[in-house]
Amino acid sequence: MERTGALFGHFRDLDQQRETASLGMWVFLMTEVMFFGGLFLAYTVYRWKYHDAFAAASRELDVTMGALNTGVLILSSFTMALAVWASQMRKRNLLCIFLIATMLLGAAFLTVKGFEYAQKFEHHLVPGYNYDFPGPEAEAQHAEIFFALYFLMTGMHAVHMIIGEGMLLILLIYAWKGHFTGDYRAPIENGGLYWHFVDIVWIFLFPLLYLIDLHH
Amino acid sequence: MQSFPLFPERASSVAGGVDDFFILLVIVAVFFSVVVGVAIFYLSFRYRRRPGNEVGQLVPGSELLEITWMVIPFLIAMVLFAWGAKLYVTMRQSPSDALDIYVVGKQWMWKIQHADGRREFNELHVPVNRDVELTMISEDVIHDFYVPAFRVKMDVLPGRYTTLWFRATKTGRYHLFCSQYCGTNHSQMGGWVDVMEPSEYQAWLSGGSNTESPEQTGQRLFTALACISCHGDPSERGAGPRAPSLRGVYGSTVKLNDGQSVTADDGYLRESVLDPGAKIVAGYDNIMPTFQGVVSEDQLLQLLAYIKSIGSQPAQDTPGEAGPAAPAGQ
Amino acid sequence: MSAITANPSPASSPPHRPHENYLNANYGIRSWLFTTDHKRIALLYLFSVTIYFAMGGFFAMLIRLQLLTPEGFLVGPDTYDRLFTMHGVMMIFFFLIPSIPAVLGNFLIPLMIGAKDLAFPKLNLLSWYIFNIGAIFTIYSIVTGGVDTGWTFYTPYSSIYSNSQVSAAVIGIFITGFSSILTGLNFIVTIHTMRAPGMTWWRLPIFVWSHYATSIIFILGTPVLAITLVMVAAERLLHVGVFDPRLGGDPLLFQHLFWFYSHPAVYIMILPAMGVTTEIIATFARKNLYGYKAVAIASLGIAAIGFLVWAHHMFVAGISIYAAMVFSLLSYLVAIPSAVKVFNWTATLYRGSVSWQTPMLYALGFIGLFVMGGMTGLFLASIGADVHVHDTYFVIAHFHYIMVGGAVMGYLGGLHYWWPKITGRMYPEMLSRAAAIVLFVGFNLTFFPQFILGYLGMPRRYATYPPEFQVLNVFSTAGASILGLGYLLPICYFIWSMRYGPIASSNPWPATGLEWQTSSPPPTENFETTPVVTWEPYDFEHRPDLGLPKPERARPAPLEAPGLEAGD
Repeated sequence: MERTGALFGHFRDLDQQRETASLGMWVFLMTEVMFFGGLFLAYTVYRWKYHDAFAAASRELDVTMGALNTGVLILSSFTMALAVWASQMRKRNLLCIFLIATMLLGAAFLTVKGFEYAQKFEHHLVPGYNYDFPGPEAEAQHAEIFFALYFLMTGMHAVHMIIGEGMLLILLIYAWKGHFTGDYRAPIENGGLYWHFVDIVWIFLFPLLYLIDLHH
Repeated sequence: MQSFPLFPERASSVAGGVDDFFILLVIVAVFFSVVVGVAIFYLSFRYRRRPGNEVGQLVPGSELLEITWMVIPFLIAMVLFAWGAKLYVTMRQSPSDALDIYVVGKQWMWKIQHADGRREFNELHVPVNRDVELTMISEDVIHDFYVPAFRVKMDVLPGRYTTLWFRATKTGRYHLFCSQYCGTNHSQMGGWVDVMEPSEYQAWLSGGSNTESPEQTGQRLFTALACISCHGDPSERGAGPRAPSLRGVYGSTVKLNDGQSVTADDGYLRESVLDPGAKIVAGYDNIMPTFQGVVSEDQLLQLLAYIKSIGSQPAQDTPGEAGPAAPAGQ
Repeated sequence: MSAITANPSPASSPPHRPHENYLNANYGIRSWLFTTDHKRIALLYLFSVTIYFAMGGFFAMLIRLQLLTPEGFLVGPDTYDRLFTMHGVMMIFFFLIPSIPAVLGNFLIPLMIGAKDLAFPKLNLLSWYIFNIGAIFTIYSIVTGGVDTGWTFYTPYSSIYSNSQVSAAVIGIFITGFSSILTGLNFIVTIHTMRAPGMTWWRLPIFVWSHYATSIIFILGTPVLAITLVMVAAERLLHVGVFDPRLGGDPLLFQHLFWFYSHPAVYIMILPAMGVTTEIIATFARKNLYGYKAVAIASLGIAAIGFLVWAHHMFVAGISIYAAMVFSLLSYLVAIPSAVKVFNWTATLYRGSVSWQTPMLYALGFIGLFVMGGMTGLFLASIGADVHVHDTYFVIAHFHYIMVGGAVMGYLGGLHYWWPKITGRMYPEMLSRAAAIVLFVGFNLTFFPQFILGYLGMPRRYATYPPEFQVLNVFSTAGASILGLGYLLPICYFIWSMRYGPIASSNPWPATGLEWQTSSPPPTENFETTPVVTWEPYDFEHRPDLGLPKPERARPAPLEAPGLEAGD
């Protein structure tokens, strides 16, 4: 079907298109909630069952790096919100600057995450690889479950961040060409929704994984 | 013409009840199927398309009718639910003085250990008209212990005990099937349940070679694995030097160091051996080593049998005190 | 504003030169593989699911042959374990779940609501590719040795002990799950935002309501299966032990997570078929659906309650007595909205003008077999009876009555009903009726004996069995051969009809939906001008455009005088 400007041919008008795109992103985010939900459920069950082992395992995580990443990600949500504002204000250059800022902050997050993961390998805390947890056998086994969930949850989150970076890059290219400072800005808004969602997932992950029983 | 059975033999105390309930369900199912079927056939014929009846008429709905045919099935459903639930509760709650038999499932066989010493493989001998409780665990994947003639079934899990009870009411030989897919020889992992007259059962029990009872083996293990060095000798009074006495612990309420209390059942005792740090008895330290990888599921069941056999009064759980005066273990 | 495309008199228009439609608008393989037209994508799906159905059916044939004798003469247990696993995986994930939504739903939903396409046409095409990429991974697992865990992948067998291609298979299913999610997303958004003027929620065909309810399950349930399969694959490939009992992992956690999706999945498989059945019954009784609102709400009710009953698959798995009672109670509740639908379909025949053409045969067969399957579901919901029949052939019979007697009949009925719209051709009526009857007979002969086998105690997934079960197994295999023959017939005459079938008019039955207000086959953009809807659904009495006589004792028209709006 033909496309005239921003309007795709199967829509009646830009209003319908915008409403459709927005609802589509919200529905997609609901599926993401269910997706992460399975991991959160597994985590909840095992944390309840093996609280002490989980606490001991959690103390092995680097709270400083985790907190730093949390700050970085919240800041990136802010720059993303600014990008949406800039697109509404039809300021193309500012829009691109804020998109780039968001991407850089996201990259910073992933870099810190990389360091954290490397640390886990050094400390023999990678399940199924070189796992060797100090402590009694049973506690070590239950802590292995913690680390399995740690890698699954933060790994899945990182995959979503990487996809988000790709999405931001595509948005940046089209933003530079002026697509989002005209009448139709839904892609930036919906991209913002996705980015905020990835941020929110981390806001839950951080305390659940890093902050169990810090002051033991 | 050979007989064409629709039901397996009824050989347990619940089999008749299950079959009766099943017949009720069949009646309900047939009733609704017939009602709907007849209605469809009748209406399709009565209102068939023919000259003069080329188009249907607009028939308005009726909220009352909708509610009626929601409420009536709902009530029927609740009756069926209650009936089935009552049956199920009976099937899940073991009577208190049942004969204990231990079952270990593994790919692809059943290892059965009687309380009185006999061991058997893929075959279970039980006395008729006696409550029997199976305590079961798997060494590897999930299996399932199913005796169609008794209408009972329960999954057998790794890492956790499950129980199944029945009272056989008819002597005979009945199929035992593994009923949870477990790999290559799942369909071969069957056997037989032999229900015998009490006198025959006794004869069978003592007819085996002089194998030890599980309690005896358990007692030997208790010493060989050095449990006795911390817990002390349970046949004497008093706690061990560093660990609570196990005299009469089975079934008692144990106070933990975080203030909670637990019942010392099979699962608690098994966990205490494999993961001692999970629950620490009040007043003691977390110094017991784990025996994970050191004892097999069979050996755990033998230790369990031994501990069950040494009295069943509440244990004194403060360290160092003499235990209560207790009759000799049964 | 504008008029509906004019409708020639039904069923008797002479063959004419084909007008421009979505089939002949473009030629060449690229125009198909890169299409964003929902109608072409529907046909792409039809092609794919037919192949996967044939594969699943082939495995079924081998299973039934094996079970002719107690010792099993055909294959050894290792192979047999792979056969029933792959039969289940192919049929459930690659046929039953996509079939009606991806073929009929994709084709019809925009037409039924008066839109030019779905909300996200490119996502729709991506969905088809993802579907087949997932299938490729799964087929890879088959040809490199197969999977032997059962389609339910219970741990720790699947995550630790099985020596088969589990990882490839779960990755394949994981990927295909995204195809479902995207389709569900597309349907929900389309139904919300793309309805034509005048197409209010309470004027939507029940087919659309059913797909809306199905799509809710798609988007809420499938992601949970996806992450569960990720955990199984991680346990196998990376040895991280989330379900490993040797580490303290809980095999029951897998079962809860798995069934949280897989139970609602069965409603994914049946709701669309119920939607098809509703359309067919209204059309072939030529009257309004009795209790339209009740049926619409019941569809949503089935989806909602369906999320609350998953642990009825686990009554003997080691859950507590109390949990079992709660799930048993809820499982009884989910039967109520289904019962409501059955009663409303039956009541629709009252004062109708009932014709027994092929789609109606399938719809009535659906009702009969669905009632039988559904009632046997009550046996399984009741914990007292379930203990004895869980994991036996009783369960197999129950779900095949619903999946085959229900969902597949619904699918075939829908294919026949909308075949003239999709292809512009009619299939041969007498042969199609014969095929429907062959299928019905073959189906019952295959699966009814299995109820008896199950109650007698024959467990499922058994490559060999005690000799006393043989007679019933032989009956079942005999029925399966008839059933297989029955499936071949439609494939043959549908293909035949595309070249030699009589040309169909735009509204051959006739029926009341918007899809029949455009040509057969439709043009690429569906309608020449955007339709405006002013009539209530399934209102045969007040539709002079259908060319039908007035009913004998007609009721007076409703006060708002519905009818077509005149043209400009």
